[in-house]
This record gives sequence, C-alpha cells and structure tokens, in this order.
Amino acid sequence: VSRARKQLIAFLAAGLLVACVLAGLVSGFADSDPDGLNKVAIDQGFADTEKPHDLADSPLAGYAVKGVDNERLSTGLAGLAGVGITFVVGLGIFATVRLVRRNPEAPA
Amino acid sequence: VHIPDGFIDGPVSVTAGAVAVVGLAYCAKRASAELDDRLAPMAGLVAAFLFAVQMLNFPVAMGTSGHLLGGALAAILVGPAAGAMCVTVVLLVQALFADGGLTALGLNITNMALVTAFTGYALFLVLRPVLTRALPGQQGVAVAGGIAAGISVPVAALVFSLEFALGGVADLPVHSVVWAMVGTHVLVGIGEGVITYLTLSTVLRTRPDLVYGARTTVVPREAVAA
Repeated sequence: VSRARKQLIAFLAAGLLVACVLAGLVSGFADSDPDGLNKVAIDQGFADTEKPHDLADSPLAGYAVKGVDNERLSTGLAGLAGVGITFVVGLGIFATVRLVRRNPEAPA
Repeated sequence: VHIPDGFIDGPVSVTAGAVAVVGLAYCAKRASAELDDRLAPMAGLVAAFLFAVQMLNFPVAMGTSGHLLGGALAAILVGPAAGAMCVTVVLLVQALFADGGLTALGLNITNMALVTAFTGYALFLVLRPVLTRALPGQQGVAVAGGIAAGISVPVAALVFSLEFALGGVADLPVHSVVWAMVGTHVLVGIGEGVITYLTLSTVLRTRPDLVYGARTTVVPREAVAA
C-alpha cells in the first residue's frame, strides 16, 4: 500500500469517525421543533394533507431503533446505522460508476 | 425540506420523478468521467457525512428548526454530478428511516440533490474568483462555498413553491406559501452556509487536494512548489 493510499484511508477513517460522533452522540441534542417545510405546512394549513409514510413500520422509522426505549440511545444507534448504510451504499454506487468507465463495453 | 407523501399530487410527483431520473443519468455519466481513485471513496464519505449532519436540526426561529441540505457542500467537495448523487444516496437511505415520502422521492431528489448541487456549484464558481483574490489562502474557497450553499437553500424552497403551485393538494393561495417557504429558508440557509464554511475550511486545512472545487486554486500552487 502506497503512502498516498495510507493517507487517504486515514482521512476517510477520520471523516467517518466525525460522522459517527455527530450521528451517534450529537444527534440526541438536535432541535426537535418542526423543520422549515413542516413549520410552513403547519402555519399555512397544509400539514394535514401529509399521508403516513409507507415504511412507517421500518425498524429504523423516525430515526429510532425499534425496541430501544432510551430516546438518545435509540436516536444515536439509528444514526450510526444510517451512517454505516449510507457509506456502504455510497461506496458501492461510486465504485460501480467508475467500473462502467473502465469497461466502456460493459452495459451502463 | 423533506417532502412527505400527500403534499404534492400525482402528476407533478411523477414529472419530478422523470426530472430526477434524467438528471441522475446525466450525473452518473459525468461522475464516471470525473471520479478518480481518491474522489470515489471521498464521495462515499461525503454521503455518510451528509446523513449524519442532516440529523442535526438547529433552531432558526421560534418553534422552527432547520437542517443541512448539503448539495452545495457535496458539489464543492466532489463535483456537482457526484455531489447530487451523494445527496440522492442519503435520500434513499432516509426512506428506511421513514423520512421523505416514497412518492415524493422524485421531488426531493430534484429539490434537495439536483437543484442545490448545481445552483450551489454555479454560484460557487461565480464567487470563487472574487473571494480567492480578496482573502488569503484557501479562505476564499471556503467563504465562497458557504455563501453559495446558503443561497442554494432558498432556491430549493422556491422550487418547492413552484411544485406546490402546480400540484399542491391543499387549495391555498400560492403567494403566501411562497413567502413563508422562502422567508423561513433564508434563515435555514444561514445555518447551511455556516456548516458548509466550517466543513470546507476543515477539509481545506487538512487535505486541500481532495476538494474538487479547490483544484484550480490548489493544484497550480503545488505545481509551482514542485
């Protein structure tokens, strides 16, 4: 492994660590007021047109892990899961996008 | 600005879905030409980072919070095409968290990924030459990024207002929704700008060579030094 490669891996690891701290710990202290769009929907009177989410029964719905009662812990664990899933899915997609270029014959 | 199911009617949601598909196909094509051995894993990290920071709602006014959209930040870090794809990955994963309606996915990809990444990056390209001349080191790049990101938020809110005007299920006077959306999101944009500036200046201090939007300001210097 070249030095440049090691430095890149170190940067990625540090970045992931920051993301894990933010999603796992800091998230428990986020403002729980409705966000910009939700607030406008309430004030303007169209919040009631919202329909329930199709995945409202997902084990991670609402940024909480089903079955974990402690709110901060539940949010933090959901956040860590989200960071992990997003990183893996992102790496997969961007690696695929690159492979398509390496093999111009391959179906896009 | 995650749109839930039900706010916008079927035809406008489907149209936005088509816009999203075409936009993402363009992004994938362009990203495949731009991503190299360093930027491809960087893009994975950017997506994971955006997921984390989007959880951190900050207060913007009485009883109102806001969170990062991140399209402009991602665009400056890995390019607008890969940046829009990063936000799209976040939006897809957020469906598991029941955030952002499945029928509204096209709307959310259009507003939060494509509009923020491409308008944010365009604004950044306009501001960068002015600010890199006015400020020392990489400060100009970070400040240009922060301002561009801040403006991209009310622009996304404006696009939502257009979608609401065309396909809002509630029968409401459009102008009051537009003013409320843009007014609120000017405030959210300030937070977006600060987070974008802080993130960019941190990355620029440690690995300026990894910042897509700093290539023209960083690479020549390294070439001169070498």
